Amino acid sequence: MAKEDYRGIWVFAEQQNGKLNDTVLEILAKAQELKAHTGEDISAVLLGKDVRPLAETLFAYGADKVILAEHDALASYSARPYEAAMTQLAEKHKPSIILYGATSLGRDLAPRLMVSLKTGLTADAIDLGFDQDDVFYQTTPAYGGSILAHIVILEARPQMATVRPMMFEPIQPRAGASGEIVAETVSVEPDADYEVLETAPKQDTGDAIEGAQVIVAGGRGIKEETDLETLRELASLLDGKLAASRPLVDNGWLNHDKQIGQSGATVKPRYIFNIAISGSVQYQVGMQNADCIISVNHTKGAPIFDISHYGAVADYRSVIPALVEEIKRRKA
Amino acid sequence: MKILVFIKQVPDTDDVKLDPKTGNIMREGVASKLNPLDANAVEAAVQLKEKYGATVHAVSMGPPQAEDALKKALALGCDEAYLLSDRAFGGADTLATAYTLSLAARKIGDYDLLLFGRHAIDGDTAQTGPATAAFLGIPQITLASSIDVQDGYVICDRVLEASSQKVRARLPAAVAVTQEINTPRYPKPINIMKALKKPRYVWNAEDLGADTSRTGIPGSPSSTKELLEPPKRNADTKYFSGSAEEIAAQIADMLHDEHLI
Ligand SMILES: Cc1cc2nc3c(=O)[nH]c(=O)nc-3n(C[C@H](O)[C@H](O)[C@H](O)COP(=O)(O)OP(=O)(O)OC[C@H]3O[C@@H](n4cnc5c(N)ncnc54)[C@H](O)[C@@H]3O)c2cc1C
Repeated sequence: MAKEDYRGIWVFAEQQNGKLNDTVLEILAKAQELKAHTGEDISAVLLGKDVRPLAETLFAYGADKVILAEHDALASYSARPYEAAMTQLAEKHKPSIILYGATSLGRDLAPRLMVSLKTGLTADAIDLGFDQDDVFYQTTPAYGGSILAHIVILEARPQMATVRPMMFEPIQPRAGASGEIVAETVSVEPDADYEVLETAPKQDTGDAIEGAQVIVAGGRGIKEETDLETLRELASLLDGKLAASRPLVDNGWLNHDKQIGQSGATVKPRYIFNIAISGSVQYQVGMQNADCIISVNHTKGAPIFDISHYGAVADYRSVIPALVEEIKRRKA
Repeated sequence: MKILVFIKQVPDTDDVKLDPKTGNIMREGVASKLNPLDANAVEAAVQLKEKYGATVHAVSMGPPQAEDALKKALALGCDEAYLLSDRAFGGADTLATAYTLSLAARKIGDYDLLLFGRHAIDGDTAQTGPATAAFLGIPQITLASSIDVQDGYVICDRVLEASSQKVRARLPAAVAVTQEINTPRYPKPINIMKALKKPRYVWNAEDLGADTSRTGIPGSPSSTKELLEPPKRNADTKYFSGSAEEIAAQIADMLHDEHLI
């Protein structure tokens, strides 16, 4: 079949326990732009059991259609039944594009569909669009340096990508929006070889950086582990949390859950301080949507300043202790 | 028990040059190392071997220099090494890579457990493990932060966004491990010596019976079309200047105006 015969933009409507993942709404928003370019419909593909009520939300946030497959074997996520169901649906409808959230679930499932559908899958895209040649591209940080890459899937269809959470704002919900529900029967079996034995909510250690309103992040320029304590003090004076770019996690000063960036957390605080961080693209994708970005770096041309609202070209070893003293003085 | 652990050699620095045409990494003259997450996978395999007895087979697809990563795996306790090396494998995306790795798994045969690092630090796709499992039609456990084998099952803890899980998969199964799973050991000099005597195999496309339209560049649906500068978002950065105390005072004023202090 010719690639032109594949039509439609699909968004995998990840849900667990009847709750849609936020990333679904973010991707639906981006899908509007893709639709504006190609004129193809947006379908949210909803797998599960008793999940039909979620269709309303999907319509409100931009889906034209909801492709619904309900089955006991899909009640909770397991890779192989979901792979089988999605494969059957994609082979039947032949969409041109399938987008998944780059969540733990999406990144577990999508590679298996890459294999079953014999197509390309771009990992963890931070943006999507059509280029000057009308080719659908997925943007990812390129390895090394401050460069982005446009990845394309030229011939194979569907063109697939996992899309990084928190890259796009959901649209304003359209009140009373409705659309077509396409209920499909899939032939799947529960996976007898895979079983979730226990699930527990993650323990809140009180210093999680996701959801923090203020973050003070340190980078490779931090010379001593004791300097990190000064950053921690600044964070706590501002009711914020301490975080880091990758080098301070690699050298063991902080745990991986404090790492911001492509292979770490995405954060969206109101204020973020970047202290001695150069601002690689891999770091930026984790924090570029912060409301207010403040950076201290002694190198004038550091790329972090390109995305900063406030900057100081200075040595953090004098500025940060002075700032801590100044805030303490004003608070006293 | 027969464990296959899949490893990759990666550049030992973030500071590499890209070929502006292909977007591929220019590896010439860049020191390389065993992908750190793969060291965790090797460690997990060797710990299972020490606990229950197993043979551990390390597999890597790459250029001839990737032997170094395999030698390291042998020094860390793997028993045999397989280098999948052929010009026809070059430039592979994750689909073509997983196809090639799955052929090697089939050729080695009778595997119980396939271990992967969660992701490679030079690509970060985290797709190769699940895709290889899909080619072999076996279950997978991604994001494993612990691992044990009991009664024909592999049992792992997984740390997800908002929850943690304990899951089990019947063998044969594939597991992709995170950094939290263990602390990789250092190779002892004596084991580095011993490693040189362990069997090492090099397999090319023909050895694997590979369809070369499915390996390397021809077998890769995705490619890099363009490299570009990230957009500058705030040309109008407001700079604070002066002595450290003056800068501190200006930042504090800003924080005050924003009601942060
Ligand atoms: C696949 C992949 C995934 C990655 N994922 C991530 C990720 O999730 N998160 C991440 O952060 N990185 C990630 N990286 C690494 C990334 O490419 C950079 O290497 C890293 O972000 C650099 O961190 P940095 O800015 O702290 O260090 P550097 O780039 O070394 O910058 C240090 C900065 O400190 C400044 N400085 C030094 N001394 C002082 C001083 N006394 N006062 C003031 N300023 C000073 C310097 O001017 C410099 O700008 C990834 C890389 C790859 C290839």
